[in-house]
Amino acid sequence: MTSTILEMRDITKTFPGVKALSNVNLSVEEGEIHAVVGENGAGKSTLMKVLSGVYPAGTYEGQIIFQGQECQFKGIHDSEHKGIVIIHQELALVPMLSIAENIFLGNEHAKYGMIDWDANEARTSALLKKVGLKEDPKTLITNIGVGKQQLVEIAKALSKEVKLLILDEPTASLSEKDSQALLDLLLEFKRQGMTSILISHKLNEVNRVADKVTVIRDGRTIETLAKKDISEDRIITSMVGRSLDDRYPPREPKIGEVVFEVKNWSVYHPIHAERQVIKGIDINVRKGEVVGIAGLMGAGRTEFAMSLFGRSYGRHIRGEVLLKGKPIDVSSVSKAVEHGIAYVTEDRKTYGLNLIDHIKHNITLANLGGVSRHSVIDDLGELAVANDYRKKTNIRASSVYQMTGNLSGGNQQKVVLSKWLFADPDLLILDEPTRGIDVGAKYEIYTIIARLASEGKAIVVISSEMPELLGITDRIYVMNEGRIVGEMPAADASQEKIMRAIVRGEGKAA
Amino acid sequence: MSTDSAPAPQGNIAEDQRPRIAVSALTTNLREYGLIIALIVIMLFFQFTTSGTLFKPVNLSNLVQQNSFIIVMALGMLLVIVSGYIDLSVGSVAGFIGALAANMMVIWQLGPLSNPLVVSIVCLIVGGLIGAAQGYWIAYHRIPSFIVTLAGMLIFRGICQALLGGGSSVGPLPDGFKALSSGFIPDVIGPLTLIPPTVNAAGKTIVGSGLTLHMTTVVLGLIAVLAYAYFGVRTRRKRERHGYEAEPFPLFVVKTLVASALALFLVYEFASYRGLPVVLLVMGVLISLFVFVTKRMTIGRRIYAMGGNPKAAQLSGINTERLTLLVFINMGVLSALGGLIIAARLGQAVPAAGLGSELDVIAAVFIGGASAMGGVGQVIGAVVGGFIMGVMNNGMSIMGVNVDWQQVVKGLVLLGAVIFDVYNKNKA
Repeated sequence: MTSTILEMRDITKTFPGVKALSNVNLSVEEGEIHAVVGENGAGKSTLMKVLSGVYPAGTYEGQIIFQGQECQFKGIHDSEHKGIVIIHQELALVPMLSIAENIFLGNEHAKYGMIDWDANEARTSALLKKVGLKEDPKTLITNIGVGKQQLVEIAKALSKEVKLLILDEPTASLSEKDSQALLDLLLEFKRQGMTSILISHKLNEVNRVADKVTVIRDGRTIETLAKKDISEDRIITSMVGRSLDDRYPPREPKIGEVVFEVKNWSVYHPIHAERQVIKGIDINVRKGEVVGIAGLMGAGRTEFAMSLFGRSYGRHIRGEVLLKGKPIDVSSVSKAVEHGIAYVTEDRKTYGLNLIDHIKHNITLANLGGVSRHSVIDDLGELAVANDYRKKTNIRASSVYQMTGNLSGGNQQKVVLSKWLFADPDLLILDEPTRGIDVGAKYEIYTIIARLASEGKAIVVISSEMPELLGITDRIYVMNEGRIVGEMPAADASQEKIMRAIVRGEGKAA
Repeated sequence: MSTDSAPAPQGNIAEDQRPRIAVSALTTNLREYGLIIALIVIMLFFQFTTSGTLFKPVNLSNLVQQNSFIIVMALGMLLVIVSGYIDLSVGSVAGFIGALAANMMVIWQLGPLSNPLVVSIVCLIVGGLIGAAQGYWIAYHRIPSFIVTLAGMLIFRGICQALLGGGSSVGPLPDGFKALSSGFIPDVIGPLTLIPPTVNAAGKTIVGSGLTLHMTTVVLGLIAVLAYAYFGVRTRRKRERHGYEAEPFPLFVVKTLVASALALFLVYEFASYRGLPVVLLVMGVLISLFVFVTKRMTIGRRIYAMGGNPKAAQLSGINTERLTLLVFINMGVLSALGGLIIAARLGQAVPAAGLGSELDVIAAVFIGGASAMGGVGQVIGAVVGGFIMGVMNNGMSIMGVNVDWQQVVKGLVLLGAVIFDVYNKNKA
């Protein structure tokens, strides 16, 4: 006899300008593993933040009913008090503290402010046994791997008398073996009667452990599938079933010879030296061609691009880069730029812009040689360049003397684009070029990309939004777990095909 | 569609630009103008409270000679702080270099190598090497600059004292060397007597009476002012020729006239005493050089970019490690120059030379509007900040304010200036 432990009714959550969730319903029964799936940005994490009180009651509409009671959580503390514990995608452990200290952080066994270490460590040992982790409670978090850290997070959750455990992409950064162990642990908890919600886009994992699957797309609940109906095909169709309309500018591709080639590129993790992040990638891009790289978060796309761009990521980088058939040296950013490569980062605020300086200085930064003679900057020449690019990319600002920190996301992205356009590259790598910017500005960015391609530049677009890749590229590489697992002309591609390539690739890895 | 993507009426932007540029020219420079106005107000305040002593030609010369080393080192510190670092070792390095110079000239008997000019050059090179040694750890091993230069502060103060054999001083230094700090430029044109000095009954002239002008100083000053006005007009013309709106003409005229009047007043003051101090000439050349480097040269631009966002700078192809090293080498050379100026002024090397001056230097840069987070700060700001500290020292000393209370006042001024900055930024 099962009963409903959690019911979320008509949850609607709006951010300024965006409706992140719209009338989402989720019903979880006691003792089941309930998977929530959806594309990046579909609203999964937002939904869980609503549930756990990260977004407090009053900032969203709808009802949360937990164990038959309507709940109004004002913060994580409230939801944890009820037994709802969420383990976030990014682990929230303090690296320089021990396992025991982390598990009882803020919740120590103490009397009059004096910590009873023996009690803490004894309790920790018991909890570690439950999650199957053989480590001394005194070991520092920084000295254990990511997989074990994930287990510590779960042990921490168990210490709080958890009734509903929520795991947000728990295996995103785990190796295959660690992932399997974690899933086994989830099944073990289920046998002991615990309810969990698993958020994931790894469909093979969902297939393996979930009793029910709820699919979310564009902030709406699409359907909830019972165990007997769960199949990867069914989930994929449900996840991506949206139509393409004219959100992309039309273009007539004029594709020439191969400009840029990467051969057998491999990269290791900068800290965990034994982890190979990029495993022998071969790609090529032609003149006037827009090539997409599809993949899920954590597939290694950004790492690949950054390691290409002056070894800005990773260690033990091997492989060959050819420009117009000749091998080139890209061992530093300035060399890569000299050879005509430009990389527009995924995170424009952290890696793209000097936010406390104005548009003019940001635009010329990557090519100061272009506005100076004998290292002396030509003020007026620089101003002319900045005004020119401001017009070309349609940056909306009062003047080129506006601080980039005060611009909207779309205009900031145009400044970063202008910076790299002024460096006049042959190959332009764009990493998530439209993340976090609104539909109108997206269209403008697409128009710029189309124009650049027609001017004969080779362009690589990394994006997690599959419709975007289908809409603007000529050819798509599919990447998963550091490998290219598929290549297809955009004309033949579909979201289903891309998803299938990813899922097949995952099957291979396992 | 959101407001962000709504097509902006293009025509309006072009029309709006003119008044906006005028307003922004005022507001963006408000910090600099405000600072200069603050300096003038402080000077007038002390002129009043010291019953006219502050602006006496002899006192102005003193003021320059006493504070020049702070301002020289503040030029280097500005770049360090704009880059996002700090250097606590400058006072100790200055002390060490002073001791080294004194030993080379007085104790070690190096023959021709004891020539003041040779010694100075060697000392500047040693300063650069010290900067390189500290900058290496900061740039290539990412050791926090606070720690590296704190170590440097202890190390070089220790070596300074050891070189001076415990607690004694080394001197006297040759006159040729002392001229760096206490000398005046020679009057190659010859003096101009406007009012002959009064002769007393005994047939002797009364000191300080009459008015004789140091004509070389006057001519140099006039050339500088004319050059300033000429380049101002030329830049304006060029902007207009290219179709850009320069700052409004009345503002330009007022600015140029006020700056010229101030400069001519100072020229008159120096000319009526013994002329332009050598150290002021050195300082003037260095200030112009650093203004040019920070405003017009690519390396200056790169330093600001590095301080504003090191990761973005690196991903724009800037070699941030090498740039950091260069910034610290520059700081080392200027600390050495500061050390030479201190030794030349005292006429000897003492163990306490430059002690605590790193704090005055850092305070000057922050009063001048630099941000502790890096990426923000102007050379002129740091120079004016240095003079504000200097005038306060000088004015309060003449007023007879106790040294303890002088520190309290300086601390309050530093805190007030930074609070004013933060408040202004939040308001904007």
